[in-house]
Amino acid sequence: MPSRTPLLDERAIGRTLARMASEIVERSRGTEELVLVGIQRRGAELAARLKRLIDASEGSNLSCGKLDITLYRDDLQTIGPRPVVGETSLPDLDGKTVVIVDDVLYTGRTVRAALDECADFGRPRRILLCVLIDRGGRELPIQADVVGTSVSTGPGDRVDVFVSELDGRDAVELVRKGG
Amino acid sequence: MSTSSLGKDLVGLEPLSAEQILLILDTAEPFKEVSERAIKKVPALRGKTIVNLFFEASTRTRISFEFAEKRLSADTVNVAAAGSSVSKGETLVDTAKNLEAMRIDMVVIRHGASGAAQFLGQRIRSNVINAGDGKHEHPTQGLLDMLTLRDRFKRIKGLKVAICGDILHSRVARSNIWGLTKLGAEVGVCGPATLLPRQVEELGVTILPRIEDAIQWADALNVLRLQLERMEAGFLPSLREYNRVFGVTSERLARAPKELVILHPGPMNRGVEIDSDVADGPHSVILPQVTNGVAVRMAVLYLLAGGSPDWAAGADGPPREERGDR
Repeated sequence: MPSRTPLLDERAIGRTLARMASEIVERSRGTEELVLVGIQRRGAELAARLKRLIDASEGSNLSCGKLDITLYRDDLQTIGPRPVVGETSLPDLDGKTVVIVDDVLYTGRTVRAALDECADFGRPRRILLCVLIDRGGRELPIQADVVGTSVSTGPGDRVDVFVSELDGRDAVELVRKGG
Repeated sequence: MSTSSLGKDLVGLEPLSAEQILLILDTAEPFKEVSERAIKKVPALRGKTIVNLFFEASTRTRISFEFAEKRLSADTVNVAAAGSSVSKGETLVDTAKNLEAMRIDMVVIRHGASGAAQFLGQRIRSNVINAGDGKHEHPTQGLLDMLTLRDRFKRIKGLKVAICGDILHSRVARSNIWGLTKLGAEVGVCGPATLLPRQVEELGVTILPRIEDAIQWADALNVLRLQLERMEAGFLPSLREYNRVFGVTSERLARAPKELVILHPGPMNRGVEIDSDVADGPHSVILPQVTNGVAVRMAVLYLLAGGSPDWAAGADGPPREERGDR
């Protein structure tokens, strides 16, 4: 039987995102030329929330985009049925500080694909990576600049992120393989 | 080679389910945006080799496929029948087997014989996409017509689409009839009696004897190209007479009870099946059809390609029964 452990509840997610929002502003030294880009699908929802938090505290109006990395995956040749391709809509990235937002950082392959895709859209001055959960297990030399929570996991484990926009509730749960 | 959610090949819309057709249309949506980017290219089919094997003349379809392939980063080779070993009498299967011996992944074929794409798909390991076979089907044209209709009307179900012109010889008509009826649209056909297939109503379509009937009945007209060689074969008295009786003109459209959306698969004979002011008018979606063609073909290529390439067995490969595709 797999076991399900809550990592963050709704209030903890709210606090974590608020801290991440101020860390992003700190790291990018202000909101000028700052662009948030969320990776479809939950990263895009988290990016939209971070934008609202930053805009509220800084009085800014950040550009926010969505990125679907499906067509940039390195495993398209080996996986079975074609994954569904989502929407990509990006603002101008040239010369900007781009913050890539995702829910979970694991192998780093999604971020690698996102970096490649961003490079096809423009030449950002700088790219930062911001994730709600860092679960370790990297297969590429990639690290996050802003992290909500770190948790150590095994290869059989799963981290489920639920966001109210898509799932009706906010929660992060660790699902461990039984045994 | 792979078995995708569409199977190995796309030979027509007749064998597809409504779900499979919708999957292609939905997958085409994000691909529209790829063509709007400054760098119109994604790496999804990097390393795949695709041969465009065209035994009949084609500009739009061949270029559209080629753009779709290139925008997915596939490597492409165009083979035209004229100037190739086909003109020296090589058979279709030999041509394709020789291409496969060079380790290709997909073949896009246009051929004058109905059933050529299916015939080829059953004999080679590569994915085969039908780009028009005789009078049988032209599935990607049917799909792009449906995508364009869905863009305009936000639905297909319940739409009334009249296909006008030479239904008898038209693979575009057949793909449209199969695809649209599967998605719940009502299809009408309108054309000279000599150019309507016998028992066409068995396909579940309404016969509209006059173009005025089609204009009264339909939400959209799909005006087919009148192939000029039909006149020589005695199906029609003259082009001028065709235009007078069946031409889609702004005078006739002015009497429609609602604004009709006008489709045409191209190339147009202006002043024969369609008048210039209709083709260039505000309700014409002829150019959006061309734009959508690239997106739909990208979707088909993306959905069919992939899986682990098992080329180790060599170009001949095991017989079809052992391969387990289909």
